[in-house]
Amino acid sequence: MGGWDWGFVSQIMPTLLRGLLVTFEATLLGSVLAFALGLVLALLRRAGIPVVSRLVWLFIEFVRSTPLLVQLYFLFFVLPDFGIRLSSLTAGVIGLGVHYACYTAEVYRAGIEGVPRAQWEAATALSLPRHRTWTRVILPQAVPRVLPALGNYVISMFKETPLLLAIGVIDLVGAAKEAGAGAYRYVEPYTLAGLLFLLLSYPAAVLVRRLERRVGH
Amino acid sequence: MFDNFELFLTTLLRGAPLTVAATGGGIVLTILLSFVAGLAMLSRSRWVRFLARVYVEGWRGTSEVVQLFWIYFAVPLLVGFQLVPLWAGILVLGLNHGAYGAEIVRGAVNAVPRAQHEGAIALNLGPAQRIRKVILPQAFVEMVPPFNNLFIQLLKSSSLLSLITVTEITNQGVQVLVPNYTGQALTIFLIMLVLYLILSLVITVVMRLVERWAARVAGRPATARARVTGELGI
Repeated sequence: MGGWDWGFVSQIMPTLLRGLLVTFEATLLGSVLAFALGLVLALLRRAGIPVVSRLVWLFIEFVRSTPLLVQLYFLFFVLPDFGIRLSSLTAGVIGLGVHYACYTAEVYRAGIEGVPRAQWEAATALSLPRHRTWTRVILPQAVPRVLPALGNYVISMFKETPLLLAIGVIDLVGAAKEAGAGAYRYVEPYTLAGLLFLLLSYPAAVLVRRLERRVGH
Repeated sequence: MFDNFELFLTTLLRGAPLTVAATGGGIVLTILLSFVAGLAMLSRSRWVRFLARVYVEGWRGTSEVVQLFWIYFAVPLLVGFQLVPLWAGILVLGLNHGAYGAEIVRGAVNAVPRAQHEGAIALNLGPAQRIRKVILPQAFVEMVPPFNNLFIQLLKSSSLLSLITVTEITNQGVQVLVPNYTGQALTIFLIMLVLYLILSLVITVVMRLVERWAARVAGRPATARARVTGELGI
């Protein structure tokens, strides 16, 4: 037992890479959902309807204070009781997207509030219509501020996609688990899975940090 | 819908001690590793800095699930003995969050104004005294809020231990209750989520008290946030 077997490595590599594709797919779709839904949540909180913004705040705090794994199980086990049957991957993407939307919503909020009040007042003084105030004045200043934070959440989500294996998605780690269980060799599959994560997420993290410094302060 | 509420609650609560033990153990290890690695990253020795960096980037760069499976399934095949699931879980929770905590410690120490270092030197304090008596008490106040978030992340991550057969709250719900009470998953999961919410509120309340204490030690007025908690008596 033990030891490193290169033959086994080359045998399981195609399986792992197929799993990695699923990981990418989940991260990509989850991020798109998190970016869009997060914006909706942030705008709902700003809309100035006390009941709505209070409810959205409660929802965000609740989701952020409870485990993503339990939320994934929730989608997978509870929704069928109400006649909604989702595939594992769909449930997983929705889980990731909603969970991270509650983080991106705060990012957008901070980004919008980071634009100085005087910018709003200047836009009013120039009597710019509301939508142009947003598209020409506020967003061009807010978006660069929020990009590094959003990037960090994409990287976090990438590293959390293995949770989807709990509801039956064969992602990178799910594939490693199956490859390992088949041969009762766990050293190679899990070490390779770890290295693949490091190889992909570390350069991304360095890029985001550089972006952070440029947008900075 | 709430027919079996009491049964569900008691079954889930049976998992609570393990969730609390895993989270508590993980937090202790996290604090230890955060300070060791965080201060090591500020060391004058290039090698110490390098080793601390490797630990921090390595554990932040890989997925927590992989780390858990690696420690629990792969390491025993390499070293010949297996950790008890709970201990393997605490180890991974601590190592993973310690890597994030190290950045908090490093950042907070760096944020202490240079003049404080210079003042301590002018008072003829030695390097150890400078760190212990002047720098850390001030840095500590800055660390508390980010550590609060980190500990809540750790609490949430403790649910991963259900994947390596630790019978904590999530495991009790998904392995014991859900298969036996089909159609009542909503109740089971709502109780489960509320239990986690309560535990994370407990962490926040404790950390606010710590923040007040830290501010007093550093000779600063309590922040508005900590004062409100104090006035509410919680």
